[in-house]
Amino acid sequence: MGSLFGYRDSSPSVKNILLLDSEGKRVAVKYYSDDWPTNSAKLAFEKSVFTKTLKTNARIEAEIMMFESNVVIYKFVQDLHFFVTGGDDENELILATVLQGFFDAVALLLRNNVDKREALENLDLILLCFDEIVDGGMILETDPAVIAGKVATHTMDADAPLSEQTITQAWATAREHLTRTLLK
Amino acid sequence: MAQPLVKKDDDRDDEAEYSPFLGIEKGAVLQEARVFNDPQLDARRCSQVITKLLYLLNQGETFTKVEATEVFFAVTKLFQSRDIGLRRMVYLMIKELSPSADEVIIVTSSLMKDMNSKTDMYRANAIRVLCRITDGTLLTQIERYLKQAIVDKNPVVASAALVSGIHLLQTNPEIVKRWSNEVQEAVQSRAALVQFHALALLHQIRQNDRLAVSKLVTSLTRGTVRSPLAQCLLIRYTSQVIRESAGSTQAGDRPFYDYLEGCLRHKAEMVIFEAARAITELHGVTNRELTPAITVLQLFLSSSKPVLRFAAVRTLNKVAMTHPMAVTNCNIDMESLISDQNRSIATLAITTLLKTGNESSVDRLMKQITNFMSDIADEFKIVVVEAIRSLCLKFPLKYRALMNFLSNILREEGGFEYKKAIVDSIVILIRDIPEAKESGLLHLCEFIEDCEFTYLSTQILHFLGIEGPRTSDPSKYIRYIYNRVHLENATVRASAVSTLAKFGAMVDSLKPRVFILLRRCLFDSDDEVRDRATLYLNTLGGDGSVVETDQGVKDFLFGSLDVPLVNLETSLKTYEASEEPFDINFVPKEVKSQPLAEKKAQSKKPTGLGAPPSGPASTVDAYERLLSSIPEFSNFGKLFKSSAAVELTEAETEYAVNVVKHIFDRHVVFQYNCTNTIPEQLLENVIVAVDASEAEDFIEAGSKPLRSLPYDTPGQTFLAFEKPEGVPAVGKFSNTLRFIVKEVDPTTGEAEEDGVEDEYQLEDLEVVAADYILKEQVFNFRNAWENMGPDFERVDEYGLGQRESLNEAVTAVINLLGMQPCEGTEVIASNSRSHTCLLSGVYIGNVKVLVRLSFGIDSSKEVAMKLAVRSEDGTVSDAIHEIVASG
Repeated sequence: MGSLFGYRDSSPSVKNILLLDSEGKRVAVKYYSDDWPTNSAKLAFEKSVFTKTLKTNARIEAEIMMFESNVVIYKFVQDLHFFVTGGDDENELILATVLQGFFDAVALLLRNNVDKREALENLDLILLCFDEIVDGGMILETDPAVIAGKVATHTMDADAPLSEQTITQAWATAREHLTRTLLK
Repeated sequence: MAQPLVKKDDDRDDEAEYSPFLGIEKGAVLQEARVFNDPQLDARRCSQVITKLLYLLNQGETFTKVEATEVFFAVTKLFQSRDIGLRRMVYLMIKELSPSADEVIIVTSSLMKDMNSKTDMYRANAIRVLCRITDGTLLTQIERYLKQAIVDKNPVVASAALVSGIHLLQTNPEIVKRWSNEVQEAVQSRAALVQFHALALLHQIRQNDRLAVSKLVTSLTRGTVRSPLAQCLLIRYTSQVIRESAGSTQAGDRPFYDYLEGCLRHKAEMVIFEAARAITELHGVTNRELTPAITVLQLFLSSSKPVLRFAAVRTLNKVAMTHPMAVTNCNIDMESLISDQNRSIATLAITTLLKTGNESSVDRLMKQITNFMSDIADEFKIVVVEAIRSLCLKFPLKYRALMNFLSNILREEGGFEYKKAIVDSIVILIRDIPEAKESGLLHLCEFIEDCEFTYLSTQILHFLGIEGPRTSDPSKYIRYIYNRVHLENATVRASAVSTLAKFGAMVDSLKPRVFILLRRCLFDSDDEVRDRATLYLNTLGGDGSVVETDQGVKDFLFGSLDVPLVNLETSLKTYEASEEPFDINFVPKEVKSQPLAEKKAQSKKPTGLGAPPSGPASTVDAYERLLSSIPEFSNFGKLFKSSAAVELTEAETEYAVNVVKHIFDRHVVFQYNCTNTIPEQLLENVIVAVDASEAEDFIEAGSKPLRSLPYDTPGQTFLAFEKPEGVPAVGKFSNTLRFIVKEVDPTTGEAEEDGVEDEYQLEDLEVVAADYILKEQVFNFRNAWENMGPDFERVDEYGLGQRESLNEAVTAVINLLGMQPCEGTEVIASNSRSHTCLLSGVYIGNVKVLVRLSFGIDSSKEVAMKLAVRSEDGTVSDAIHEIVASG
């Protein structure tokens, strides 16, 4: 998979997406490149990126920095820090679009209560979000409404027998309808 | 308060530290995973457990092989449930676990069923999961579904298949390449992202087929590409096509430039930027082509979005390296970025301005930078320092302001790399701008008063020893140097002693005072310091009499070591302690040419203090030992130079022969390296017969035939010629290989008794003027040039006629002279119209030669060259001109 990265003529690619809390701890992370082969290498990267960006004000507009030959784009809200990393040569605006897609999709899915606690309680949605935005480094989708829509389809399989539907599942259906209305 | 094991569902704690995963533990979660096996599946609970498992993995927890297998088998049970949410989590989990091949089989049928489901979400995800975990054999089974999925009307399904194809292309290219018809169809899709993924895959399938890529670009640049991402891709592919066709199209309009320019008016910023960047990176881009791209980038500079500003300033910064004038229009916007909140943007703006600024703006710029230096990181500071150094070299008149700036930042806090960059810059300025010398040296002196880095202290002391004595008032440096002897560690003390001695040797009036200081050092606690002090006191005649230091001593103190350090090292290693003292004159002086990559890396930066004279390993030693072991050649004296091997046969012929030319003062020895490539033959009495009728100055003086040359075992035969002493005689020699050939029985390996005489024609060999010039590296050409003096300078101009490029002309002259290019001047900026190249070498008879070549090329590719030679001997300077005139 490593060969997806590094060509000048290749498709835009994302090396990782990070969601850290206000102390730099992981809420959820996803790495797509082999640049950080071990967990400790990943943690070290997260720590330095977090420390280097801590003092900046990335709450209104996404900010950007170069770090170890990577472009890191980031944005903060409440006690959550969002990061998207791409190669040195990557088009910064494409990476910014990925970050914005992730950021806004999470806001939609968490009904605008975007904080660490809410994110952890809905960790399944965050993880599905990663899965819908980037696949092995390749950008899958950047439109937040589409991403959130794909993540939130918690309905029953159309041809499932009604008896299998429980109260909880009905709840889930209701939640999905709520999200749908929010998306519009 | 918080209970030890908090479950996600119940008791929400309102504490700030609340986390649904508080106190989570792997063992417990693995236990919980048993619910996957329940006959009555609780989808919601299962989802929660999977989330917990994924949380653990995400935090860096690892599962053992057994645990992973167990979880995997349990998860596969969940395919029974028809809850979509749970299924999504199952897909995620399988991808995270990346099961082994035998485990994959378990889920294959379930996933294939999902691939054919009516629910698009199932199909899309099943494709992605299956392609992620599958191997080649399974792939052929599902290939049919994948091809269908690529052209599926649901964009999510199509994208899933296409992206999976992009990944599979790395592992199973031959299968994915069969899909190109479907992929081609998908490129026309109305769904934006499908088009993007299809284009990416199609290009990767065809990337090795230039024509196909070119066709693809041609058709798409005319049509409509919907998604901005696909548009960015197309721009990348377009620049690839432009780059690859660069050679074939001559001057005139660049193909596809109009397309790139059109993209500058696209509504998506990412496309505008991609196009602008592509234009700035075009090979040999003209100012006219650059202008529209620079204009849009300039607009980005004042955007409210930091990412846009950063992207624009980073690109403009790169442009400024090659086309500084094109960027000057943006200078006003750039200046306002110096105070940008984002320090990366500010640094890029500063360094761009330093590259594009003119002489009048320097002072103002420096004032702005001073305020800004304190709050950026060391790595940015180094970038700024390097930019200031090149600015100073560009505007030498402004050295005062720039030198002051450097000395100010030298006093501030900083790490070693940063300090080294500053010191290096000051040293380079001192060397290149004579007016800056005195103030620069004083700044350095002040720095070593309070320098925590031993390396920098010793390097500065060494530099002071060379430059200090030649200033108008050398005595003022003595105090700084002697202070080091009191206050520093042994390494710095020893180097301070050496520096003091140099002042003593060069400045007679200071001698008595230096002797007093050196005598005090005799009682130092460190033996190296004492030894140096004793040595210098003795060589300088420190017995109190004030005498003129004699030349030999000066040479000893200041003469740079005229042998490459690596050669010295190998010689010392082979030197065995014996009665005979080690003689430095036997160390070979030839600098072997370095691999290109190394050269490039070297020439990147002007070398500052103590640049390690990178000496490559040498084979000269080996040649010298080989030749002196042959009695016929042992009285030829010292080997002056051995050439690189010249091939005398084509590759893959019966006999492979190359030759090395060894040049002695009165002799030339040809060493023929022969290889017999025929297994059925044994060659005996191998000799090269030479016709020297076109080399009148040479008289054959002996030969050494090769007794036997079996198959595939290289051997050497030698031939010696006498030539007039010290004269660079040239000539052409035609060669014939003569030998007795014997048949060899390949089965037994035994040769027949009788052989047949035979001969084999070889190519001609020439002895040229360059064979009489040794390459010699000089690290400060300017100094060497000044020291040589204009006594035997010869200057003349030459027309070199039409050349393909300036580069080609410069390389040709360097090869003709066989001299060492200095200070990286053999590298030429790609589109420059003039170039100065500095060469250094040693002419036969041990005469140092320095050459300064100035080239210019006009629009019709006519190259003119001015050649200035300085050497220690007028006839040698003339000889160099003769070489060029006849070459």
